Amino acid sequence: MSITVYISGDSTAISIGANRTAAAVVKEAAQRGVEINLVRNGSRGLYWLEPLIEVVVNNERVAYGAVKPSDVASLFDADFLNGGQHPLALGSVEEIPYFKKQQRLTFARVGITDPISLDDYIAHDGYRGLKNALASSQAEVVKQVTDSGLRGRGGAAFPTGIKWNTVLNTPSEQKYIICNADEGDSGTFSDRMIMEGDPFVLIEGMTIAGLAVGANQGYIYLRVEYPHAHKALNAAIAKAYQANYLGDNIQGSGKKFDLEVRLGAGAYVCGEETSLMESLEGKRGLVRFKPPLPAISGLFGQPTVVNNVISLASVPIILDKGGDYYRDFGMGRSRGTLPLQLAGNLKHTGLVEIAFGMTLRELLYDFGGGSASGRPIKAVQVGGPLGAFVPESQFDTPLDYEAFAANWTVLGHGGVVAFDDTANMAEMARYAMEFCAIESCGKCTPCRIGSTRGMEVMDDIINNVDREKNVVLLRSLCDTLLNGSLCALGGMTPYPVLSALNHFPEDFGIDG
Amino acid sequence: MTESTTTETVQSIIAELKDKPGALLPLLHGIQDALGYIPENSVPAIAGGLNLSRAEVHGVISFYHYFRDTPAGKHTVHLCRAESCQSMGSNALEAHVKNTLGIDYHETTADGLFSLEPVYCLGNCACSPAMQIGEEIYGRVSAESFDEIINDLGVEA
Repeated sequence: MSITVYISGDSTAISIGANRTAAAVVKEAAQRGVEINLVRNGSRGLYWLEPLIEVVVNNERVAYGAVKPSDVASLFDADFLNGGQHPLALGSVEEIPYFKKQQRLTFARVGITDPISLDDYIAHDGYRGLKNALASSQAEVVKQVTDSGLRGRGGAAFPTGIKWNTVLNTPSEQKYIICNADEGDSGTFSDRMIMEGDPFVLIEGMTIAGLAVGANQGYIYLRVEYPHAHKALNAAIAKAYQANYLGDNIQGSGKKFDLEVRLGAGAYVCGEETSLMESLEGKRGLVRFKPPLPAISGLFGQPTVVNNVISLASVPIILDKGGDYYRDFGMGRSRGTLPLQLAGNLKHTGLVEIAFGMTLRELLYDFGGGSASGRPIKAVQVGGPLGAFVPESQFDTPLDYEAFAANWTVLGHGGVVAFDDTANMAEMARYAMEFCAIESCGKCTPCRIGSTRGMEVMDDIINNVDREKNVVLLRSLCDTLLNGSLCALGGMTPYPVLSALNHFPEDFGIDG
Repeated sequence: MTESTTTETVQSIIAELKDKPGALLPLLHGIQDALGYIPENSVPAIAGGLNLSRAEVHGVISFYHYFRDTPAGKHTVHLCRAESCQSMGSNALEAHVKNTLGIDYHETTADGLFSLEPVYCLGNCACSPAMQIGEEIYGRVSAESFDEIINDLGVEA
């Protein structure tokens, strides 16, 4: 019998050599006449251990990492296919504290199953949520989601159940489900990991959403920078159609749901839901005025649910185990778990799915292991390029939407980028303005013009041209952006700018 | 590719995709995938096929950073400029890349081998700095590993 060997096909694992390691394993096995069954799974999310190899020994998975191609021969010599000892041996991934301390609900299968095997998905509790949804009324499904306390994981944290309820109660011949997979925030990759590592969970979540609100067409708006996710989604969608999990007659229920992936084209602003819909309609991604809400008049003017990947991928477990089960995780009004992404200058970067409530400090040090460079962490940017820079004095804030908001910081999509003390926060503030200028859709003046003026003002501050006067001007400009912009791009660019200025005035050459 | 085969390619992509709801982006992707760019002289055909004005089609092409109206080099290096990569030294890497290739962003080397484009996040933030060439994504890129990758590609070409 051949031995099953797992090596991640996740794009980040590939970016640091997983394909080369996999090729070396296949070649070495052939040379030694050993039969192996290689599965390219998603990533467990412990990226400092990638490329990670897991071998099934007596129905248990034994891990080795990080494995370079040059390590492969010695692994075979150590009989790793039978769990042999080796300097790279890690034992069971599930026993590594970084993994063991997590609560993986949405990511339950990622890194474990073959991402595009429907059989594997079903064997690991897949499609149980859909089964329950098919046996319930639309209102009951929406109620489960409402009861779960799930809030939009894209960053805005709007209650998902309320959005669905609005679409359910807006009569229309045609409704749509859109999955916002335009994960453009720096420091975030949880959407990508789901789409590459467990695409069926997203398909199931969207199918449940479609049944719940009466929409028979779904679109996944995927950023073009994710070619691996694109392939995985298309392969999984084709399998779901073959097995009647998508199409005209879902599991014999007579209900219909079609799903298609559409690619973006490198515009950050298309992660904003109204801009995304314009783009799906084949137009420039200009932000729309709200109201009308997309739930009432969205894609092609029809009632539309727009949800983030993680929100939709959390729906199957809610429908499987009940809204109460999910709601029992978390704190305050932040219920359930949040897949946090540790990125940038950290020793142990990766994915940490855990109930809301842990402090940022625990996340950075207990999980992240401190900075990669070994220097002190100066600031972390949480919530993407529009999130505030959080100074050390605020590291004890619990990971909770309201607690972050109280500090004028943003939890957002859960991306955490750490900077060591070599970072210059005035340069980061300038970059925030530059990014806004590059990505502005141009519809509203504060964002279109303000970002370019902001860059110029930052240049003057950095070059000590009328510094004091320009700091006053920068604050005034930020006030205009905050209050006058049409969407979060202009409206939140002041978060990184002002937080940098307020917490690190010395980098701007001024006294606090 | 000759002009007539280019026209044929564009026409067949328009015919295949024009009836999709919101067809313009899929259609532009189709053309760029096939030709490497969206030739300016294909705009009237696209506009005609979708019953749009040429201005509307041009407006969409120019709005999205990914679409290009000139051919790229044989390999396009998409170098990440976003925060996570900056925290791991991408500014120095950027200077090295520009210096090594002898070009700035949005330019192509004289031998036509490499184009350089900035990208704002590849979702590879756990292994910064990152870049993408074709469908290949590279993590923890250093000046040395960049030189190696580029040399290999240069030899291949």
